[in-house]
Amino acid sequence: MLRRLHSEQPDSFAFTAANQAWAEAQLTKFPEGRQASGVIPLLWRAQEQEGWLSKPAIESIADMLGMAYIRVLEVATFYFMFQLKPVGSVAHIQICGTTSCMLCGSEDLIGICQEVIAKNAHEISADGKFSWEEVECLGACTNAPMAQIGKDYYEDLTAEKFRDLLKAFENGEVPTPGPQNGRFAAEPLGGLTSLKDKTGEAANGSVALANALGDTIKRIQGDEVPIITKPKPKTKTAAAAGQGPTMLDGPREGGGDDLKKIKGVGPKLEADLNDKGVWHYDQIAAWTEAEVKWADDNLVKFKGRVSRDDWVGQAKLLAEGGDTAFSKKVDKGDVY
Amino acid sequence: MLDDKDRIFTNLYGMHDRSLAGARARGHWDGTAGYIQNGRDWVVDQVKASGLRGRGGAGFPTGLKWSFMPKESDGRPSYLVVNADESEPGTCKDREIMRHDPHTLIEGCLIAGFGMGANAGYIYIRGEFIREREALQIAIDECYDAGLLGKNAAGSGWDFDLYLHHGAGAYICGEETALLESLEGRKGMPRMKPPFPAGAGLYGAPTTVNNVESIAVVPTILRRGADWFTSMGRPNNHGTKLFGISGHVNNPCVVEESMSIPLEELLDKHCGGVRGGWKNLKAVIPGGSSVPLLPADIAKDAIMDFDWLREQQSGLGTAAVIVMDQSTDVIKAIWRLAKFYKHESCGQCTPCREGTGWMMRVMDRLVTGEAELEEIDMLLSVTKQVEGHTICALGDAAAWPIQGLVRHFRNEIEDRIKYQKTGRVSSIAAE
Repeated sequence: MLRRLHSEQPDSFAFTAANQAWAEAQLTKFPEGRQASGVIPLLWRAQEQEGWLSKPAIESIADMLGMAYIRVLEVATFYFMFQLKPVGSVAHIQICGTTSCMLCGSEDLIGICQEVIAKNAHEISADGKFSWEEVECLGACTNAPMAQIGKDYYEDLTAEKFRDLLKAFENGEVPTPGPQNGRFAAEPLGGLTSLKDKTGEAANGSVALANALGDTIKRIQGDEVPIITKPKPKTKTAAAAGQGPTMLDGPREGGGDDLKKIKGVGPKLEADLNDKGVWHYDQIAAWTEAEVKWADDNLVKFKGRVSRDDWVGQAKLLAEGGDTAFSKKVDKGDVY
Repeated sequence: MLDDKDRIFTNLYGMHDRSLAGARARGHWDGTAGYIQNGRDWVVDQVKASGLRGRGGAGFPTGLKWSFMPKESDGRPSYLVVNADESEPGTCKDREIMRHDPHTLIEGCLIAGFGMGANAGYIYIRGEFIREREALQIAIDECYDAGLLGKNAAGSGWDFDLYLHHGAGAYICGEETALLESLEGRKGMPRMKPPFPAGAGLYGAPTTVNNVESIAVVPTILRRGADWFTSMGRPNNHGTKLFGISGHVNNPCVVEESMSIPLEELLDKHCGGVRGGWKNLKAVIPGGSSVPLLPADIAKDAIMDFDWLREQQSGLGTAAVIVMDQSTDVIKAIWRLAKFYKHESCGQCTPCREGTGWMMRVMDRLVTGEAELEEIDMLLSVTKQVEGHTICALGDAAAWPIQGLVRHFRNEIEDRIKYQKTGRVSSIAAE
C-alpha cells in the first residue's frame, strides 16, 4: 500500500515540555548507542500529541535520535498505525475488518462509517470531527465486532450500538469503552464456565484504566500521568571518576609493554588503553580493587572484563618477567 | 474439563485484584528466589521435562530453545525478548494475560532470563494494545518498587531489568527476526536465518524470543512440578492452553483448558455450542488465520493439540478457534484472510509481495464466481510457488488457508463458477 507524506505540512513541530521529558526517559531503556530503538515510541507520542504525523515531526525526531531522515521516514511509512495525513478532530474510528469480526458483522459497521462519516477511508467528515478506516485484526476476536476509538477498544458492537456511540462522541461525550453487551471482559456471555468465584473489581483492566485516566480521545500532552520510567542511575561513572588509576602521558623510555600478552586485551583494546594512558604491565599490576572496579566500568566496552580475566594478576607476573600460559601462546605467534 | 485448581491464569478475566498484592495472594511470586538458586541447568531441565511447547504458533520445545543460549558470555550480553505482538487473526489470548494477570508474565521473564543467562529482557507489545501496555507497565513498576526486578531481583542474586517496548501496527513484527529489527528501530523486515537469534539476535547479541504465554506458564510449572504439567494432554502435547474461540458460537470467549481437549467439548462446555447446533457447523479454523480450515465432518472429531491437527494437514497454531456456521460464505471468509496477508506482506521477498496480491485478486473472482474453472488449479499453483520460497513464514501462512479451502470446499467454488455461467447449481440438482 502506497503511503506518502501529506501534501500540506505544518512549518514546525515540537514536543510539549512534558512529552519531551517522557521521550528522553524512554531512551534510557536501551543500551548506550542504541537510541534508534526508541523511534517507534517517539513517533507514536508525536502522533498522540498532534493527531497525525507530519514531516517536521519526523525530522525533529530523527535529529533527536541522531538518525538519517530517510531511516525515520521509512519507519513512519512502514507501520500502519502512523497517520500520515490529518484525521478527524474528535476521533479517528478504526473498524477491525478481519475474518472473526467480518463473520460477526463488521461490514455493517463499515457501512455506517461510510454513511455517517465519509464515503472513503481516511476522508474527513464534512463537520471535520471524524475520519475512519478499516484496519486488520486488532486482537479482540472473542469480542467481535469491535472498533478502536482513540486509545480504547469498543467491543461486542451491533450496528445500533455503534451508531449510538458515534452520536455520543459527536455530542462531546466519551462513552465507556470495553464490551457494549454487558460482558466484563472475554468471559462467556452466558455465565462463567471457569474461575467462578469472582471478587469485587468494577471493570476489566482496560476499562478501569480508561475510566481512571479519561484520555480516550484526548491529545496527549505528557502531563496526564507521572513519568514512571526510571532513568538509569548515572552515578556509577560520575562517582567512580575520581577513583581512576594514575595515567601516563606516553610510554616511558624504551617504549610500552606488549599489553596484548594479557588475556582479554586484543590489538583494538591495546590501542584504547594506550590512548587512555596505560602503557606498562607494572601500571596495571599496581591497580587497587577500587581502580579495577573503575577500569571494569570505564576502560573496556565489555563490563567486568578486567576483573574477570584477572588483569592485575597477569600483569604482575609479566612485569616480573614471568610468563602466563596465554603470553606463551602470544610469543609463539599463535594468537595475533 | 480442567479444574480451577489446575488453571495457571487464575485471573484471566480480571475479576480479581490485578495488583501485585492480588497476584501474590493467588500464589504468584512465591519462592521465586529459591527456584533461581537451584541453578540455571535445573530451570532449563524442568522446562524441558515439562514438555512445554512454544505457545506462539510453531510449537517448538521451549526448554530446548533456551538451551541454545551460550553458557558463557563471550563479552556480549544475552537478551530475553518476549513476543507480545499478538496479531494473528483470531488470536486474543495474550491480551488477557497482559491486562489481567501480568505478574505471571513478569515472574516468568525473571526465571526465563536467568535460565538463558540474560540480565535484560524486552517485552515487545503490539502498538494497538495501548491500555494493555499501560496495565503491564504499571505491573512492572510495582515489581521494581517491591525489589522483584532490578539488582538482585526478588532476592535471588540475579540482576534482571525488564523493559516494555511497543510496535505500531505491523503483523510481520510477530515474526521473531522482524520483531528484533523493529526493536532496533527499523522497518520490520525479517532477517535471513542463520544466524539464529540465539547466536546473533538483538543488537547482534545472543537472544531468545518467546511468546507471552510460553513465558507466563513457566513459574507455575516450576511451582507445581513438571509431572503435574505432563499429566495433562496427550504425549508430546502437554499442559494447559489458552483457547480463544470467536465467530459463530453462542458465547465466544477466551478460556484456559487442558491440551488435547476435543473441539466439541471445548465449544459445548465453554461457548454454549455452535450457533444453531452442531448440525449447523460448516467449518472451523482451529489455530488462527495461518492454518488451513477443517470442514464440519473432520472438526466433529477434532482433538485440539499440535499433533492431531498436524495429521489433518492443519495446525494448533495459537489455538485461536474461528467457528463458521452454515450461513457463512466460506470462500469470502478465506478471501478476507488473503486480503489480510496482502496488506501485511512486508514486501521484502518477491514471491510473497507479488504472490499475496495475485492470490487475493483470484480470490476476489472466486467470491463472485466470475472466474474460470481452471483458475482454481492456477491459484493452487501460485500458492505452491509462494510457499517455502520466502525468508519468513508469512508466505506459507498466506498460502495455507487457500490450500485448505480448495482441499475441502472445491465443490462449492466450482458450483459458484458454474452458477455464474449457467444460472444452475449442479449439487442441488443431484440431491
